[in-house]
Amino acid sequence: MSVKLTIIEQMEEIAREHGKILAPLKEDLVLADCGLDSLGFAVLVARLEDKLGVDPFTAAEDAYFPVTLGDFVKVYEHGGR
Amino acid sequence: MAGADARSLRGTIANAKVRDKAPRFFYERAASVRFTDLDRGTSLGGRLAELAGRSVLLATANQLTSALALIELDGVARRIVILPPDATAEHLSAVIAIAGIDVVMGDNGTPPHAALALPLRVTCAPEIEPLRESLPPHVHTEWVLMTSGTTGVPKMVVHDLQSLTAAMRAASPADGADVWGTFYDIRRYGGLQIYLRAVCGGASLVLSSAGEPTADHLARLAGHGVTHLSGTPSHWRGALMTPTIRAIAPRYVRLSGEIADQAILDSLRAAFPQAAIGHAYASTEAGVAFDVNDGLAGFPADYIGAARDGVAMKIVDGSLRIRSPGAASGYVNSGQPPLADAAGFVDTGDIVERNGDRCYFAGRKGGIINVGGLKVHPEEVEAVINRHPCVRMSRVQGRRNPITGSIAVADVVLKAEGQDTTNRAAQIELKDDILKLCRDVLPPHKVPAAISFVPALEVGATGKLVRRQG
Repeated sequence: MSVKLTIIEQMEEIAREHGKILAPLKEDLVLADCGLDSLGFAVLVARLEDKLGVDPFTAAEDAYFPVTLGDFVKVYEHGGR
Repeated sequence: MAGADARSLRGTIANAKVRDKAPRFFYERAASVRFTDLDRGTSLGGRLAELAGRSVLLATANQLTSALALIELDGVARRIVILPPDATAEHLSAVIAIAGIDVVMGDNGTPPHAALALPLRVTCAPEIEPLRESLPPHVHTEWVLMTSGTTGVPKMVVHDLQSLTAAMRAASPADGADVWGTFYDIRRYGGLQIYLRAVCGGASLVLSSAGEPTADHLARLAGHGVTHLSGTPSHWRGALMTPTIRAIAPRYVRLSGEIADQAILDSLRAAFPQAAIGHAYASTEAGVAFDVNDGLAGFPADYIGAARDGVAMKIVDGSLRIRSPGAASGYVNSGQPPLADAAGFVDTGDIVERNGDRCYFAGRKGGIINVGGLKVHPEEVEAVINRHPCVRMSRVQGRRNPITGSIAVADVVLKAEGQDTTNRAAQIELKDDILKLCRDVLPPHKVPAAISFVPALEVGATGKLVRRQG
């Protein structure tokens, strides 16, 4: 499964678990508006680390906070910048 | 009417009016109140006198009414027990009995809970009318904050206005034009610090509202021209992911409640190049210990040892101990171990490691996990997981997390009988089932983010699970 599909699958899973409703997951969707709260994102990053074997945010030398879903997927596709 | 006693919060507001160049407000989503009118006003509908010398449970639904009620109650009530926003009904009756509560202070949103059905119930309104009664004689008021333990009734930590404001004395008060804001709830220690900085320090305060999206909160902060803004590193990470953050331009950015790593400090520096950025160390029991303002993670090693601003720190068995005029005086609950040692030092349980001339925080003693500023006791989560009929034992630990600092994850050993470890679909189903059990009984921050099935867990010589330190 592609990185992007894995991310979307996990977001949908976490939204279901947390009783949240996701906005349509388009590239330019602002993450803050996607429907997950910060705990939801924390769970997402932890699950993706298990699925994809990397936490690119903690691995990165410099701090980077993605704003859109497209940015977020890119960070994972590059496995940390 | 006679003026308010200068030692009380109401008296502080009355005295500050000489300096204030502008009226000062509490801003919440639904309403704003000019709280400086409380020097000669009230939000309690003429019932202030009934609260004299009472033990009051502050159980408002909204922060705005709590913010007003604290000014009303200090110097009038004998004890204020501040109910945190996520308090569950489970221990409410015990809290009321132990703290000798005889009045519930609510607002229009306070649920009509059976445990809150005390003979005297006073409602705080989000508006101020002239005070027609005379103020009761000044009494010393205990401010009681709650911290959650592993299980059972929350610990009730006793402060007063003096201990809560001990770290603020050095600062010279502003002239009423500053606007403080916080991502915290003011009914927890970190938020209460910011509330008191605004009220006693000559500023207005923008309060958060339950369930308000970060973008809306930031837009309100921008609309009120926030000059000083405070939150945990997790709050700030969430804010940095919200484009609306570009609308605010605070002069002072403050972090506390969790370890501030270099990444979040650098990101805030990049977002607010003109702002002073500081991270503070405080705990409900030990009070505010120090501020770090050099933009670097950790704190200078020479903070340990000699007292600074009346605060002394030492490291015992790797854990930071603090003696401070901001420390709590004790617990309301009986049977608790003493809050401080014989020399007056409070063990914070935070592990500190020294590297050259800098000290860094390395996690919590006893494996307590800090998820976005909220404590998670592994044992509490393990006890829930272990209730599942297929689970033999479990171990919950913290995993570092770029959003909330840490997050709980669980290693689970299944009972041998009836388990098909080769069936992947069955395993996924079982994980979901265990997580559902956790979600049913635990608040969201305590639910493990991930579960791994492991063949065994190491048990040490003491018969206890081996836990990674830190």
